[in-house]
Amino acid sequence: MNLDDLYRDVVMDHYKNPRGREPLERVDIHAEGANPSCGDEVGLDLQVEEGRILKVGVRGRGCAVSTASGSILAEMVEGLTLEEAGRVARRMKGALKGEVRPGEIDMGDLEALTGVRKFPVRIKCALLPWVTLLEALLEKEKET
Amino acid sequence: MAAGAKLDPGKVRGEFPLLAGKRGKGRLVYLDSAATTQKPERVIAAEARFYRESNANVHRGLYDLAGRATEAYEGCRRRVAAFLGADPRGVVITRNATAALNLAALGSARLLGRGDEILVTVMEHHANLVPWIQVAKRTGAALKHIPLDRMGRLDLEALPGLLGPRTRIAALSAASNVLGTIPPLAEIARRAREAGALVVVDAAQAAGRLPLSFEKTGADLLAFSAHKCYGPMGLGFLVGKPEVLERLEPLETGGEMIEAVHMDRASWAEVPRRFEAGTPNVAAAAAFPPALDLLEEIGLDRVRRHEMELTEYALERLSSLEGLEILGPANPEERVGLVSFHDPLVHPHDLATFLDGEGVAVRAGHHCAQPLHRILGIPSSLRASFGIYTVKEDVDALVEGIGKARRYFQG
Repeated sequence: MNLDDLYRDVVMDHYKNPRGREPLERVDIHAEGANPSCGDEVGLDLQVEEGRILKVGVRGRGCAVSTASGSILAEMVEGLTLEEAGRVARRMKGALKGEVRPGEIDMGDLEALTGVRKFPVRIKCALLPWVTLLEALLEKEKET
Repeated sequence: MAAGAKLDPGKVRGEFPLLAGKRGKGRLVYLDSAATTQKPERVIAAEARFYRESNANVHRGLYDLAGRATEAYEGCRRRVAAFLGADPRGVVITRNATAALNLAALGSARLLGRGDEILVTVMEHHANLVPWIQVAKRTGAALKHIPLDRMGRLDLEALPGLLGPRTRIAALSAASNVLGTIPPLAEIARRAREAGALVVVDAAQAAGRLPLSFEKTGADLLAFSAHKCYGPMGLGFLVGKPEVLERLEPLETGGEMIEAVHMDRASWAEVPRRFEAGTPNVAAAAAFPPALDLLEEIGLDRVRRHEMELTEYALERLSSLEGLEILGPANPEERVGLVSFHDPLVHPHDLATFLDGEGVAVRAGHHCAQPLHRILGIPSSLRASFGIYTVKEDVDALVEGIGKARRYFQG
């Protein structure tokens, strides 16, 4: 097993300079996620206007994998509608779990994280921000 | 082994097939013995031998083979009793230490009522905490917790305020699976008993690591598992005073645990069999005595000294890594053979994955002790734990691995 499969340059870059770390002026949707196996916690803040995500704020500091995944999330879902973001999150979840082949969808930087599938115990780390996003969207749906 | 001679882990390793094999770049550096120890050839062989030569169900058949299976099973009970200096009538055979602690906790629901108190400690493994949370919820009893002092030891000064006339049970570990802390068990047990409480001891991290006498611990009930003592998985024990076990309610009912069954009622077999419903893991029971033989051939005093030396060495070497936060008491005499730490520079998961790439197996996470990690103010930690086969080079590999990981993630 090669460590560099997991910690590719793209992943390490997102880990060392994570995006979406500035606190938001206004938070419209918020969710907390936790990985009970390691105790990592992530907080997601979304600033939404007319059904579109304007800004994403990620809080909490996890391992390189979950930090990079959160950073990629921040980059990917900014500008999307809530519906689009939900679709992307579900696909990412499928790709990280190995249910969808990465080639079938455009995963952007997240493609670099699919190396995690060779490290089954670490898949949860990569999933954490995406699962948290899905929960946030679900909460929002319930409200409306 | 000659009296006074030290344990030679290099020699001991020869008995453990999994440690003899090569893996990846080199030998396996196994530093997770607190999760489960590796198994010596004699244990593996005994389990296989049971299936080859003695396999039958216990306590029923009248034929010779069934007699041999029963003898293997009951022989394990006697062997465990002898190992701890306990009464064989007080040795309940369970699936694991968790099942034993569930029996102790949920089985004592009938002894508890609203306003009664159960005293635990903040350093308990979930197995010695969650069953007590459950029984407290069911009975209306309240949980109280012995806190830690700044050194990661139990704060005995808090004890007078925690023990009272309503304290019915005091449940605590003989050694912490995260901090390694060995509390002054006998003293706490004595004070709990003076307050009228039953004393339940989780000895999962103490059995096989320290000389352990059931009587000296002061326990009324004591739980441990075989697989952390170089024995097979799927086997644990609740060792108790027979008269205390009499007061517990069986949790599982069915075959094997009854005296007489009618269409609408049943009466229970004698202790300890009333707590052993269904077919037990006889093969594991057959395979455990050889593990205890190995420990006693070496001598638990030597095992203890060996683990203490390794702990001292690990504490010293890990301290050389700047910024590393080492958990638990500084004095190796106050801890069992494990060291947990938190590296503020590299997340425990990244560190564990990196170390695995170096052939070093350590545990990362909260080690089934979430409340303790919350108190320590860290989400998780890394734990290196030792066994009779652990050599100083294993500790060296760990320390070098952490150094490399820091360069990999920080560089």
